[in-house]
Amino acid sequence: MADLLKHDVVIVGGGGAGLRAAIAIAEESPEMDVAIVSKIYPMRSHTVAAEGGAAAVIKGNDSLEDHCDDTVGGSDWLADQDAVELFVNEAPGEMTRMEHWGCPWSRDPDGSVAVRPFGGMKIERTWFAADKTGFHMLHTLYQTSLKFDRITWYDEWFATRLLIDGGRCQGLTAIELRSGQLRAIAAKAVAICAGGAGRIFPFTTNGAVKTGDGMVMAYRAGVGLKDMEFIQYHPTGLPGTGILITEGARGEGGILVNKDGQRYLQDYDLGKPLDVNDPNHPVKKSMELGPRDRLSQAFIQEQGKGGTIETPYGHVVYLDIRHLGEKKIDKKIPFVRELSKNYAGIDPVDELIPVRPVVHYMMGGIDTDIHGTTVLPGLYAAGETACVSINGANRLGSNSLTELLVFGARAGRNAAAFAKNQGSHCTTIEKQADDEERRIADNFLDKDGGTERIAALRREMNETMEAGAGIYRTEESLKKTCEKLSELRERFADIKIEDKSRTFNTELLSAMELDNMLTIARAIAHSALERKESRGSHQRTDFPDRNDDDYLKHSIVCYEDGAHRIEYKNVVITRWPPKERVYGR
Amino acid sequence: MKPYHRPVPKMWWLKRLPYFLFVIRELTAAFVAFYCVLLLVLVYKLGQGREAYEAMLVFLKTPGMISLNVVAGLFVTYHSVTWFNLTPKVMVVQIGEERVPGYLIAGSNYIAWLVVSGVLAWIIVAKNVCPAI
Amino acid sequence: MANNTMSFEVFRYRPEQEDEPTFQQYDVPYNSDWVVLDALNHIKDEIDGTLSFRWSCRMGVCGSCGMMVNGVPKLTCAAFLKDYYPNTIRVEPLAGFPVERDLVIVMDDFINKLKAIKPWIIRNQGEERAIEEGEYRQSPAELAQFKQYSMCINCMLCYAACPVYAKEQDFLGPAAIALAQRYNMDSRDQGRDQRQELVAAEKGVWECTFVGECSVVCPKHVDPAGAIQRGKAASTVDWYKELLLPRRGGTK
Repeated sequence: MADLLKHDVVIVGGGGAGLRAAIAIAEESPEMDVAIVSKIYPMRSHTVAAEGGAAAVIKGNDSLEDHCDDTVGGSDWLADQDAVELFVNEAPGEMTRMEHWGCPWSRDPDGSVAVRPFGGMKIERTWFAADKTGFHMLHTLYQTSLKFDRITWYDEWFATRLLIDGGRCQGLTAIELRSGQLRAIAAKAVAICAGGAGRIFPFTTNGAVKTGDGMVMAYRAGVGLKDMEFIQYHPTGLPGTGILITEGARGEGGILVNKDGQRYLQDYDLGKPLDVNDPNHPVKKSMELGPRDRLSQAFIQEQGKGGTIETPYGHVVYLDIRHLGEKKIDKKIPFVRELSKNYAGIDPVDELIPVRPVVHYMMGGIDTDIHGTTVLPGLYAAGETACVSINGANRLGSNSLTELLVFGARAGRNAAAFAKNQGSHCTTIEKQADDEERRIADNFLDKDGGTERIAALRREMNETMEAGAGIYRTEESLKKTCEKLSELRERFADIKIEDKSRTFNTELLSAMELDNMLTIARAIAHSALERKESRGSHQRTDFPDRNDDDYLKHSIVCYEDGAHRIEYKNVVITRWPPKERVYGR
Repeated sequence: MKPYHRPVPKMWWLKRLPYFLFVIRELTAAFVAFYCVLLLVLVYKLGQGREAYEAMLVFLKTPGMISLNVVAGLFVTYHSVTWFNLTPKVMVVQIGEERVPGYLIAGSNYIAWLVVSGVLAWIIVAKNVCPAI
Repeated sequence: MANNTMSFEVFRYRPEQEDEPTFQQYDVPYNSDWVVLDALNHIKDEIDGTLSFRWSCRMGVCGSCGMMVNGVPKLTCAAFLKDYYPNTIRVEPLAGFPVERDLVIVMDDFINKLKAIKPWIIRNQGEERAIEEGEYRQSPAELAQFKQYSMCINCMLCYAACPVYAKEQDFLGPAAIALAQRYNMDSRDQGRDQRQELVAAEKGVWECTFVGECSVVCPKHVDPAGAIQRGKAASTVDWYKELLLPRRGGTK
């Protein structure tokens, strides 16, 4: 293997959280040597696809208390309230910092930053850049990070494994895609900001890259994954492709109707609809501005009642934004119009947008505390990859873009602080790196034969996850999925790799990503099986009620000796004792 | 790592219509230059006296020169039209949050063209009708 | 379901096996909802796992999947099969860039150019705003000044369409100059002078001959050609200002 590379802090993932972490270190600890290892060029990270906005309290009619209240309720009380309070407190500063860095926030006429209503929030506080907020935030972060010469870029390097020595994280191995070479990078601290794993499911807003690689790296190093059973379905994705139609459309007043043109959400304890021309429409925290889990669940129930519309790509309901008018649509949600025209073949100015719930976000992830620290010294995590938890059982829209900034910065800072106190790099990890090189060669590149196509196994994984671990789950459906996933894991050993070359071998990448997804899928299914209650986005028809006595706890799944072990950790309650979760009344 | 550098085809400008039209547009500069030279030659001939000037006019009325002038005229018109149509790209006028539509910027160029041409035509016609002007 | 297929001719280059690229033909089932990217994924998933290409969001915002489709630079996630059916579709890597492998180009030059134009907010010494002071005020009209140029997804279709860049690789190029303009025109930025050295240079705006194809192919309507011409106008005004008022300082 070529020479060992060395850096003080290595960040895995160049999306919102990773870039924010790098900037935090480069700005505040300029003597530190930071590297970002990303399997794609950073501006391709999936942060780029977020649309609606990022929440932070800035307007006079709002308060930190209210933001906390909305977030805790939205999480169905599974969020750690100390983390939520910290998050809400730091959010305005972080978002202002983004503005100073040039993020083109949409403005009020007086030149101050504008905010829009969003699901589950009593008061509007979602900052937005038209409806391409993630795009603008990511590009602002990437371009700002280019200011710092101290950041080393490993673009299109695929991180495969953490290197551990002396009970500490000492670095990682990564494949340089251009050459196909596996390289070892020694680091005094590593921060994983590698996103979620929506691609485990068949219909998702997520791009190709969301395959859970970062979570698996930590998992295989013995770090637990927290709250994996909580998968967020975004209520309005386009049928077939799963392309995201932002919640912002509903924030601007869009409504959801069934096949009879009726605003069916009123049948599901989400309040009563106001006429769309009523100045108070949309009513916050009610109807279409309810939380995502409740809206997605309402869809399934409406489908059961026969109220949805059948299309070649499954059942849908309609998102109606016609009453907003062309001017408002082009000003506030132009991307929604563009996407609808290109990918749904309709112009939402005079037609209805077909939508259905699609997998969007994972509340769960690498178990961290409010500092981004994991149980493994030297390992940090932030963003969708991590679970702090501020999102609990269901995330409110527009909290996650802000989360990238708050916890990305914290994880970066703490990783740098840890690295500062370490001595020289550990070089004995090179042996582990050699083992990793051999593992990849034996299992993928040098292996001949193989009968299982990557795409076929992936499809079967997608199907079983949607069928057994979707919006509504039962013991039976989950057990079936767990069995199927075990079968797929066995069959994976017989994977067929046609591309044996080194230069930019994306088939090898797909195989390794599938490997990672199978691991995450099993963690999700097993965690879901064990949680015998319904809370937020985890709904068990065999246990339909929320059970605070037994389950006001985070699940932590660890992988040891070939088995998944699940433990529970208490949720931190500070000022919001659990109560009924109410929307629309 | 062995990146492959694809050679640029010699006739790249024949591969797609937009590129072909671009090259034609660039060639119009030659005809603009031709007119400038022609104008200078006319002025020079004028300076050389009535005989020289009228000989020049006779030469210009030959079929060859007329054809050349017609062709040059077409190219120069194409030059002007493409130029005017591109002015909105360079001159962006924003009023409040909205941009003045491109056709208005380009249009104002055409109007100015018409006005100047109109004035010149009037001078020439009036001069022919009443040489005293 | 009709058994229609479409023929694809795909550029292949496997540096470990060959010195010269080839074309490989595939038959792909025709689906009127599909885009070229869906066809490429079908090829990779079901027919030939060795085909390498970049993609991610499939909704036209990440900029990964730019390729030449029948000789025109396009985002393959936005090129619909029905617009080409029943003709053969030829897919090649973006023009103007060296090919790393199959449909994957080497984009180092582009990344370097992005970095070179200082694409960040530059404030004069002592004029930085503290976080506690809140946001810079920026009116909707001020935002509208540069908004268009901030929409670039770095897909490089503009570089692939530019005949100047094909021949003159030192040319700063459409996207980089548009990004420089994005910051130059942002009311919060004070760094135009620092960017002018590169932008107003011979290899900057002045290399452009206003072919205009960059703006035509841009999937986000950034209009880099417009950004460049405005840069030329601004640079010319600068030059005259310096000539006539040499002691003005600030302007380079």
